[in-house]
Amino acid sequence: MKNKIVVWVSVAIAIMICSAGTVQAKKIKVSMVTDVGGVNDQSFNQSAWEGLKRAEKELGAKVTYKESKQDADYAPNLETLTDAGYDLIWGIGFLMGDAVKSTAQVNPDQKYAIIDFFYGPETPKNVACAVFQEEQPSFLVGYIAGKMTKTNKVGFVGGIKFPLIEKFEYGFMAGVKLANPDAEVLRQYAESFTDAAKGKAIANNMYQQGADIVFHASGGVGDGVIEAAKEKGQWAIGVDKDQNYLAPDNVLTSAMKRVDNAIFGMVEQLSKGSFEGGKAVVYNLSNEGVGIAPTSSKHVPKAILDEVDGLIGKIKAKEIVVPATLDEYNAFMKM
Amino acid sequence: MDVIIQDIGFIIGTTLMYSTPLIFTSLGGVITERSGVVNIGLEGMMYFGAFAGAAAAYFFQDPWLGLLCAALGGAFWGLIHAIACVSFAAEQIVSGIAINFLGAGSALFISRILFDGATQTLTVVDKIPQPLNFLFGEGKLFPSSGFMDLVFNRFATVYIAFAMVFIVWFVLYKTKTGMRVRAVGENPEAANTLGISVVKIRYGAVIMSGFFAGLGGAAMSIAVVSRFSNTLISGHGFIALAAMIFGKWKPQGALVACLLFGAAKGFEIYLGAKGVPVASDVLAMLPYVITIVVLVGIVGKTVPPAAIGKIFEKGGH
Repeated sequence: MKNKIVVWVSVAIAIMICSAGTVQAKKIKVSMVTDVGGVNDQSFNQSAWEGLKRAEKELGAKVTYKESKQDADYAPNLETLTDAGYDLIWGIGFLMGDAVKSTAQVNPDQKYAIIDFFYGPETPKNVACAVFQEEQPSFLVGYIAGKMTKTNKVGFVGGIKFPLIEKFEYGFMAGVKLANPDAEVLRQYAESFTDAAKGKAIANNMYQQGADIVFHASGGVGDGVIEAAKEKGQWAIGVDKDQNYLAPDNVLTSAMKRVDNAIFGMVEQLSKGSFEGGKAVVYNLSNEGVGIAPTSSKHVPKAILDEVDGLIGKIKAKEIVVPATLDEYNAFMKM
Repeated sequence: MDVIIQDIGFIIGTTLMYSTPLIFTSLGGVITERSGVVNIGLEGMMYFGAFAGAAAAYFFQDPWLGLLCAALGGAFWGLIHAIACVSFAAEQIVSGIAINFLGAGSALFISRILFDGATQTLTVVDKIPQPLNFLFGEGKLFPSSGFMDLVFNRFATVYIAFAMVFIVWFVLYKTKTGMRVRAVGENPEAANTLGISVVKIRYGAVIMSGFFAGLGGAAMSIAVVSRFSNTLISGHGFIALAAMIFGKWKPQGALVACLLFGAAKGFEIYLGAKGVPVASDVLAMLPYVITIVVLVGIVGKTVPPAAIGKIFEKGGH
C-alpha cells in the first residue's frame, strides 16, 4: 500500500516537472541535412554541426542532424525533417541548392536555410541564404604571404574555376600585392576538387619555380598541395577550416569560413523571432563569418599579425573593399 | 636550356607519380581478366586499399605494414568477387558494381569507427620512403630540384610498380601457372578437360587482382599523399581498367597505357603552369583526348580473352 502511494506521488511530481518544463521552455527546434561528406567531414558539415551544438548549449535549442549518403537523399531527408516539425531546417552546402528550393516551395510554412547558395530574386520567402565573403580571409592570408615570402613569389591553386573560387583568387592576389607590390603570384586551377595528385604536381611545379608559399582553395586537391609543401619544406596556406593539423610545420595559416558562426547567428536571430527569408545573409569579418586560423600565431610573427588586425579593422570600417572578381581586382590595383 | 631540361624532368616526374597507382591496379585487371573474370570492382578495391593502407600505416607507424594491409584488404574484396562470380556463377559486371559500392562503403564505415566518426584518416607520419633520397641535395651526387632529382628521386612504390610489371609478365608468359591462367581465360572447358582446376585458377587470379588494386590504393594514400580522405580515389580504378584494355590485356601494354595517361597529365599541368591561353577546363580534357587519340590510332583493335565474362560451370554446357 505504502509503495503504491509512493508511486503515485512520484508520478504526480514527475508530471508537474514535465508540464512546468513545457510551459517554461519555448525551445526552438533546429535540424540540418548534411551533404554526402557526413557530419564528421572535418569541413563544412562538421563546422555546421558545431554551430548547432553551440546553439543547443547557449540558447537551449533542440538540435539534430540527418546525414545524406548520396545526392538523391537530400530531398527525402528535407521532407522527413519537414514532417517532424522543426522551426528551421538547414541544408549544408551548395550541392543541396535545388533540393532546398523545391522542398521549400512545396512547404511554404516551413522555414529553411542554406549554406553557400543564393537563388537571387527567385529565392523563396521561406528560405534564408547564408553566403560568405571568401575574398576577405583570402586577402588576409595573401597579406601574410606577401609579407613572409623570401623569394617574392607565391602561388595560388584553385579547384574548379568559377566565381566562388575566383573570390579566393582575387582576394588573395590583392592581399599579396598590398603587402608586397613586387611579389609575383603564380596561379593555376586543377579543374577538380578531388585530384590530390594534380594538386601535388601543380604545387611542386610552383615551388620549383621559386614560390615559397602556396595558398589553395581546392578541397581534396589541397591534400596534394599540403603534401608538396611538406616534402619540399615550404609553406602552404589552408582553406575553409584550420588545416594546420594536416602538416603542423608547413601550414602557415588558413583562410577560414566560419560556417558554425553563420549557423549559430541565424539560429540566435530566430530565437529572438526574426528570420531573414527570401534573401542572402552575408557573412564576413564584421559578423565573424570568416577569419584566419587561430594557429597562425605559431608561424606568423606577431608584428605581421598586428598588421593583419589593422587590416581587419579597415575592412570592417569599409576603408578597404576587398576585390572578389577580376574587374574589382583591376580597379583595386589602380587605387 | 637548363630550364627546358628541368621542365622535362618535371613532366617525367609527374608522369611517374600519376601512373604508379594506375599501374598496380591495371596489373590486377590484367591478371583477373586473363583468367576470364571481368572485374570492374577495381575502383572499390582500390578505395578500400587506400583506406586500409593509410589506417594501418597510421596505427602501426610502419608504411610497409600499411602497404601489406592495403594489399590484403583489396584481396579480401577480390575473394568476395571470386565467391560471387566463380562459385555462385553470378553476373560478373553486377558483382563488380556491388564491390565498388561495398569497398567504398565499408572503408568509410570502418574509418568512422577508428577515427572518431571522420570519413578520413589522420596524417601518416611514416609514409613510403624515397629510397634514393640520399643521392640528392646540397653537397650530394646530384643537386636537388635538378633533372635527376625530379625524375629518379621517387617513392619506393614507383620502383615496386615497375618490378611488378616484369614479375606479372614473367609469371603470365614464362611459367606453368601463367599458361594455365591464360588457358582458363581462353577456353575453360578445354583446360578443365586437361585437368586444370578452373575454379582454383580463377579464385587465385581474382584475389590477386584485389591484391594489386589494394596496392594501387595505398600508392595514393601513403605515397602520393599521406592520408586517406573520402575523395582520394575518384575514378582511378576505372582509368586503370581502361588502361588495361588499351594495353591489350598485357602487363607491358597496361604499363604503357598508364604511363601515357600520366604523361598527358604531366604535360597538361606543365602547359597550365606556362600560362598557355587556353581555358583550364579545356586543358583538363587534354589527357583524356591524348590518351584516346594515341591509343585508338596506334593500338588499333584489341581482342579480349575469348572466355571473358562467361560463366564456367564444371560439367555444364
